[in-house]
Amino acid sequence: MTFQSLVDNLISDTLQVSLPLFRPELAICATIVVMLLVRVFNFGAKFDPFWFALVGTGVAWFYSLPAGGLNHLGDIGRHEIFTGMLVYDSLTVFFRMFLVSFAFWFILLVRMTGLADRQDGQDFYTLLLGATLGMCIMASANHLMTIFLGVEMASVPSYVLAGTLKGRRRASEAALKYAVFGAGAAGVMLYGISLLAGLLGTAHLPSIAMKLAAMDIPARIASGGNSGALMVLALAGLMIMVGLAFKLSAVPFHFWCPDVFEGASAEVDAFLSVASKAAAMALLVRVALGVTAVVGGGNGEKSVAKSHELMPAQVVAFSHAVEGKVVAASGNVPATPVVMTMNSTAPLDPVRGFVVKLLAIVAAVTCTFGNLAAYGQTNMKRLLAYSTIAHAGYMIMAVAAAVQLMGTDIGAAHEAVAALVLYLTVYVFMNLGAFAIVAFLRGAIASEEIADYAGLIRSCPMTSVALVAILVSLVGIPPMAGFIGKFAIFRALVDAGGPWMMGLFVIAGVNTVVSLIYYLRVAKVVCMDPEPENRGPVSIGVLPATYILIVALPVLIYGIVPDRLTEIAHQAAAQLMM
Amino acid sequence: MFDLSTPAAFLSVLVFLPAVVALFIAVAPLRGDQAKWISLATTAVVFIMSLAMIFGRSQVRFAPGVAEMQNLFSLDWIPSFGIRYMMGTDGVSFPLVVLTAFICLLAMGTSWPITKHEKAYCVLFLLLETGMLGVFCALDFFLFYVFWEVMLLPMYFLIGIWGGPRKEYAAIKFFLYTLLGSVFMLIAILMLYFSSDLRKMPPADLVSTGVVNSAADVGTQQQATQAIISAQTPQHTFNILALQWIGQHTDLFKKSMLGGKSLEWWAFILLFIGFAIKVPSVPLHTWLPDAHVEAPTPISMILAGILLKMGGYGIIRICYPICPEAGYDLAYFVCGVGVLSMVYGAFAALAQTDFKRMVAYSSVSHMGYVVLGLGVWSAVAGNSYNPDYWKMGMNGAMFQMIAHGISSAGMFFIVGVIYDRVHHRNLNEFGGLFAKMPVYSGLAVGIFFAGLGLPGLCGFIGEVLVILSVWSYSQVLAVIAAAVVILTAGYILWAIQRVYLGSEYKGPHGEALTPITAREFSIAAPLLALAILFGVYPKALLDYMQPSVDRTVTQLADWSRIHEPAKLKSQATAATTNDQAPMTNSISISGLSPIADSR
Repeated sequence: MTFQSLVDNLISDTLQVSLPLFRPELAICATIVVMLLVRVFNFGAKFDPFWFALVGTGVAWFYSLPAGGLNHLGDIGRHEIFTGMLVYDSLTVFFRMFLVSFAFWFILLVRMTGLADRQDGQDFYTLLLGATLGMCIMASANHLMTIFLGVEMASVPSYVLAGTLKGRRRASEAALKYAVFGAGAAGVMLYGISLLAGLLGTAHLPSIAMKLAAMDIPARIASGGNSGALMVLALAGLMIMVGLAFKLSAVPFHFWCPDVFEGASAEVDAFLSVASKAAAMALLVRVALGVTAVVGGGNGEKSVAKSHELMPAQVVAFSHAVEGKVVAASGNVPATPVVMTMNSTAPLDPVRGFVVKLLAIVAAVTCTFGNLAAYGQTNMKRLLAYSTIAHAGYMIMAVAAAVQLMGTDIGAAHEAVAALVLYLTVYVFMNLGAFAIVAFLRGAIASEEIADYAGLIRSCPMTSVALVAILVSLVGIPPMAGFIGKFAIFRALVDAGGPWMMGLFVIAGVNTVVSLIYYLRVAKVVCMDPEPENRGPVSIGVLPATYILIVALPVLIYGIVPDRLTEIAHQAAAQLMM
Repeated sequence: MFDLSTPAAFLSVLVFLPAVVALFIAVAPLRGDQAKWISLATTAVVFIMSLAMIFGRSQVRFAPGVAEMQNLFSLDWIPSFGIRYMMGTDGVSFPLVVLTAFICLLAMGTSWPITKHEKAYCVLFLLLETGMLGVFCALDFFLFYVFWEVMLLPMYFLIGIWGGPRKEYAAIKFFLYTLLGSVFMLIAILMLYFSSDLRKMPPADLVSTGVVNSAADVGTQQQATQAIISAQTPQHTFNILALQWIGQHTDLFKKSMLGGKSLEWWAFILLFIGFAIKVPSVPLHTWLPDAHVEAPTPISMILAGILLKMGGYGIIRICYPICPEAGYDLAYFVCGVGVLSMVYGAFAALAQTDFKRMVAYSSVSHMGYVVLGLGVWSAVAGNSYNPDYWKMGMNGAMFQMIAHGISSAGMFFIVGVIYDRVHHRNLNEFGGLFAKMPVYSGLAVGIFFAGLGLPGLCGFIGEVLVILSVWSYSQVLAVIAAAVVILTAGYILWAIQRVYLGSEYKGPHGEALTPITAREFSIAAPLLALAILFGVYPKALLDYMQPSVDRTVTQLADWSRIHEPAKLKSQATAATTNDQAPMTNSISISGLSPIADSR
């Protein structure tokens, strides 16, 4: 094989296979470029960047739809694209659709609240789409490099977005805090990545799983000697978790969250709490499942063949050759043939146990802390920030359950991921709705303090009812959709079983009760407290009211007839690790 | 237009009509009393529909003397989670459905003095009615849970907005307690769900429990049955009837869990806590006095008349049939909780000076009879199995639920009438009402006597059946339970004396004591009439109720017949002085006096 043929193969693979599957991201890139370029010319000032952003997102959304419509989401098998850097499967398609449609609604929201106006709208939309692009990469990452790339691409624009409210000290403080925290977390994560890649000789997630399986960790633990490599592995895992925990705003890397949420505008909060969190969750699923199970489950050989299905054999050989060199150079790990014929479940059990326990502890602490801290908040945005933290805890529980189930029943593991997907889908309506209401009310009463919402039900009943419905849904009480999401996660936890998962279930249940108090306190202020005397009539306008209605109605509708959602979620995760 | 004569359509309309009307009221521009009139009409329609099930001639008629589920239907709801939209009524749930419709109608009539935010009030009231009816009709565990929770939010706002001075505290307390109970219930539901397996069930039972549609033709049924039995993976279910069958006939729920106890034992504890909060049983009762006292009169009527019954309903429908072994092990505990509630509630009622609080504590005491009657597990009589006393106890408990639904709703209404006039409830500042409001006082005394359990009124039947049945189980408990009757008489007679008798009225606003209006009379009179009817002719109720209750007991007795000897033997060999000892003792005592006819 000549170098020339290798390059040719690479090009044909990229152009013919990878790029067509990458069209939504390309559409976003094109939108960004057009938006930036059009301002260079004089006539460009006449165009409103809003329309560019909206149309560009619409096109991206169109391309993100699975071929044959949503009902065929589950038919999409797992393909690795760009020589294994990214993975294209039903989950990728789902999350891209999710992120792009969220961006679409978000653009409408910032237009209505006037956050992005004609003058600096172009900057805002550029940052927004840039972050969305990074999030799409996070959701489809299959390689430690793309993981880091995605996280940074999503984070850096977010730092700027947090500081959009120019001239407001709190916004600048929020942006700075966010950036410093983010940089620190990214650094630690990068260190973890380099440890892992250095130790295992590969940064390709499925290969990492196979290397880990080949290390035969149970035997190493049993023999007791030479635990150095294991220590380093655990350290690398913890460090990568730091980076992820920052994006997830999981305890103890959540400190930025309330401050940034309070300082940034409510719209940006919606973006951070929904899109950013969804992408981080997808990434967590990729990493946690990726390193704890060999793709294809059980049959290593078959999985290798399948995971490299779309890669020309030479490329595989090339990458293996490179890996082999690295392994030989590092010398720590006995160089094993990459193509293995072994049962993958048992050797990975210790890795799985480590990840499950790590995630379970983080989830339990995050959830409990978020709910307890939200208790004392007086600012609505801060309260929702802590609520976001708590919800991240619930969602991490689903990932923990999925990882544990991966060892026993791959179908049930997919169901656990489906529970997470369902939860996120419901969550987007709840949080986008809640922050949109906060943003619109800020326009009407110029305050984001909970106490200033007193008696709002008298002046704007529709908005208040929507807010109460959303809050109740956040608690997770039927018939609101939040309950279905929570139920799905609880279901996954019980299905996984064992003391850890049942313990998580009980903690989550008790947390639900605790969270009731602070969510209902807002509902109480809105519905029961008397209106302040000096407040005039409150009106948010027809268009914003319609927007709130459109966003909040699914919270009720999908609570009563959730089957469509559960089916989509099921399909999105159906072939995840096959 | 769909056909109302099918069970699916009829029960769905019955349950969801109030919610649909609530939606209409929420969006329609209504002014003045219109919202109340529409709500009253809706509750009336629902009540008429429930009566149509008794007296109608259609296919959905509820036939008396039938033990099995009637009007059973099961449709797909969330197939990916195995959740079905399944409803039906039997002798246990049907009287409660009618009671709910009846009390809601009266409570809506009682709501007329409420003038604050009428529209919102009516919307929430009707949503509440949907939730309550749904709980009694639902036969899918998930559906049951959803309805159970649907009630919470309307109730929170109804107490929190239209309540008394400490309304917000009372409302959140109610919500928190119930939600905590529901979370326990949810844990149990999921535990049971993942342990269940429909493949263990014979085809005949798959059909009778509604897992396989009994209305379909034989070929379809066989196909569906075959699909379940030949499945590779366990077929989990939320079907309450199927879970009952599995709990009674298989070992699926017996696998050991935390602390050496079985999964069933833990499920029973979790479910029982959830239901005991609702009943409410001491020591989980503290939400009740606050909620009852702060709630507006119609909501107090609903709380006492219907919501408390859900706890009892859950115990008889879910706790015992699904977890018989745990029920057997914990029978003494459950009975103890019942007796404790009776005694504590009665003493607490004696100590109250607030009229409404006294009535609230009387509810705690009276619902103790229900728990006691349900908990009496006395199938074994020496070596012969005689479930007759047990049937008597369960029937008594069910009868007590209906009777208490009538008398306590009446008592709260009576208190509300006087509170509307003089705006205070201090028992020591009443007196002489008989002279000023003779008709009202007559009705009031009648209803209070029904609550007291005077022979000839509805309260008597339930209490006496329960106490008789307890005698064969544990004489100690029976004696204590019987003694509570004296306490009950004490606080009720004392209250009557302080409020209605005496020569003059001692409190403020004496001039406002006007005779009751026609509206108030038309609410109190039917309640008293029913109290008398069920008191002198209990068969009117028992005809509907007894077959299903007896069937439940017979099933549990069948379970005991197979499993009890082994358990008794193991206890005898263990020969420890644990808490099971009194139970075996009492069983042998009851064997000395077998009574063939329990009634």
